[in-house]
Amino acid sequence: MAVESSKVTSTVVGANEYPDLVRKYQVSGVPKTVVNDRVEILGARPEDDFIRTAVGAASTLTP
Amino acid sequence: MPILSPSDAARVRDMLAGMTSPVRLAFFTQTLNCETCEPAKQILAELAELGDQLTVEEHHYLLEREEAAKFGIDRVPAIAVLGAQDYGIRFFGMPSGYEFMSLLDAILLVSKGDSGLLEGSRAMLAALESPLTLQVFVTPT
Repeated sequence: MAVESSKVTSTVVGANEYPDLVRKYQVSGVPKTVVNDRVEILGARPEDDFIRTAVGAASTLTP
Repeated sequence: MPILSPSDAARVRDMLAGMTSPVRLAFFTQTLNCETCEPAKQILAELAELGDQLTVEEHHYLLEREEAAKFGIDRVPAIAVLGAQDYGIRFFGMPSGYEFMSLLDAILLVSKGDSGLLEGSRAMLAALESPLTLQVFVTPT
């Protein structure tokens, strides 16, 4: 997604190493994706579903 | 003692042979108070040996705060995956297991400069008007 759009940035976080981020974003299972600091996408989802959710979140929230 | 087994190294070499343009990994590390920085450094060194078009550039986080800030990096170990441009792809933590596979995927995507996404996905992203930041939490297994 980040390669496709210059508006997208993507960070992969090793959950075991950053308990502060795990607490902040209340990560209790992986994979968990946090969109614009607010919206959560849990687990692995089909590509179109994932992108629709993420883009929908971005259009209503700014980071 | 290498982290990658000979068979894993051979598989990674095959994958990296698919790179079509150079990729640079800007790696931010520190010597004290970072348990995973040293193993991260080692696995990246092994990785760089396996791809002709892959380089690793080491930065000392505490001494190069400005450079780190430029890449939005506020913790170590951290990697910025950079190709023809900076696509905004970062990795925080030791790239092992699942995170290592994700890093390989990212290197290949950045090298090709093509997301490989479905047409419908590309259309949705093309319509984006505001920034979209993704933080993907993973564990090695």
